[in-house]
Amino acid sequence: MNLPVIIKFVIDLLAVLLLALGIKGLSKVKSARDANRLAAFAMSLSVVGLLSYYLGTSGIAIQSWIWIIIGSIIGSLFGAILAKKVPMTSMPETVALFNGCGGMSSLLVALGVAIFPISGGLENFDFFKSLINEVSISVSIFVGAITFTGSIVAMAKLQGWLSTPAWTQSKVRHFVNIVFAVASLIAFFDLINGNTSSIWLLVIVSSLLGIGVTLPIGGADMPVVISLLNSYSGIAAAAAGFVVDSQLLIVAGAMVGAAGLILTQVMCKGMNRSLVSVLFGGSLSAQTTASSSSGEYTNITSCSVEECALTLEAANKVIIVPGYGLAVAQAQHTLREVTKKLEQNGIEVVYAIHPVAGRMPGHMNVLLAEADVPYEQLKEMDVVNPDFPATDVVLVLGANDVVNPQAKNDSSSPLYGMPVLDVQEARTVFVIKRGMSAGYSGIKNDLFDLPNTSMVFGDAKKVLNDLIGELKDLGVGEK
Amino acid sequence: MSFISLLWVLLLGSLLGLELIGKVPPTLHTPLMSGANAISGITMLAALTLIVKAENNIPLLVIGSVSLGFALFNVVGGFFVTDRMLAMFSRKPSNKK
Repeated sequence: MNLPVIIKFVIDLLAVLLLALGIKGLSKVKSARDANRLAAFAMSLSVVGLLSYYLGTSGIAIQSWIWIIIGSIIGSLFGAILAKKVPMTSMPETVALFNGCGGMSSLLVALGVAIFPISGGLENFDFFKSLINEVSISVSIFVGAITFTGSIVAMAKLQGWLSTPAWTQSKVRHFVNIVFAVASLIAFFDLINGNTSSIWLLVIVSSLLGIGVTLPIGGADMPVVISLLNSYSGIAAAAAGFVVDSQLLIVAGAMVGAAGLILTQVMCKGMNRSLVSVLFGGSLSAQTTASSSSGEYTNITSCSVEECALTLEAANKVIIVPGYGLAVAQAQHTLREVTKKLEQNGIEVVYAIHPVAGRMPGHMNVLLAEADVPYEQLKEMDVVNPDFPATDVVLVLGANDVVNPQAKNDSSSPLYGMPVLDVQEARTVFVIKRGMSAGYSGIKNDLFDLPNTSMVFGDAKKVLNDLIGELKDLGVGEK
Repeated sequence: MSFISLLWVLLLGSLLGLELIGKVPPTLHTPLMSGANAISGITMLAALTLIVKAENNIPLLVIGSVSLGFALFNVVGGFFVTDRMLAMFSRKPSNKK
């Protein structure tokens, strides 16, 4: 071993250590921000390590530098701008987009190595030199393409650019996806047999497969899919690591792959869905529109903002249940104003955060943190559920399926068994909602029919603004 | 590196990932996903390798450069966005005191 090799080895080892510490640190609120920076530092370190290795051995040609600089500046600039500009409500889409680009990068590396056999002095670099190279190139392309197109479809669906086409809800989609999968397998074996041109077939069919598996999946399952795709991008990176013979890439890719899987599992558990049913069951709403659970409402009580304000004023303890509707209405700041007023009147306010409220675990926490809600007021489901019987008023803001008592009472319901917030135990429940439409599961919410539930119809932000006005009239929060 | 030792690296890396991430509170799942996602942009190293080894092969230089751009988009954007989210968390407890 000569010096550059040793230096690179040490730097790589250090980078892996720091990345692992970074991921570990991200698991605690206190250390998370520093940990994120530590991980970013480790990534920069790994680049320095790689570049100094090449400077110390083969050298880096001028034209290489030029293309490195072009690619780095454009990529970093767009990434930084998007990261600064994007609103907090679109976080899931943004993560999906970043993720897709990571997959694209792995795909391009593998494609580049495959179609342009490089001349001269490349240890493990010639295409078709060994079976291992072919396999890792194929895996990198396959997983990279699925990650890319899947993430883009997920982003487009979350943004509302793409709906769920009807044919994807029928059995046809399984047939279509099986055709794509078999075609990728054929392309893969053809590639190993030495037919280089079938690499394009592999690129095309794996891209189509990514679209085909993501398109049928409904809105509520989207976070699970993004998390899974996040795991895939790690696997794609690890495969690219085999292609260019880099241990660092393999370790980091494997870590991300494992992380994504764990997170995916947690999310599935929170929604009472198995990964298999998310991936192959199609959209939940499509399955259940015909079932008995989508019955009519019989006992809806609607009430005015004024009544809501009067009840709130008289309360001692209020629990807020935020959901995706709050995020869509961008009402987190308005909500904070309401709760500030209540707190000034000596009313105890906490926020009940369901693990899958919003579109991602932690989505609500991020949103409420943006509105300066103290971290200690955010309570997880298991902590807050015993508190509901002693609660005077529950405000449900844009949440639906996560407060559906069917999950506990109706064994025929598709939601049955999903952990929910027991809001119906509280004395009074106000549901602020635009209309009577169903939640993302498309299932009737029995909560709305209960005698202690009142509906306040309207856009979350508008209702909350009106509420501030009413509370002001009542003299709440003014000393 | 032999293929077998690379497989060992893969195995140990996966186990490390499973172990590290098993104990995260749900609150931090979105930032964690976003942070882990930024790390998956480590594939930028593969893109760099490609560019350095491409010598005078222009198409390969372009592919490498585009690949590097995509990866850095993922890395830089991912870390910034994670930091933005976490900044909102970490400010809170200190404000309270």
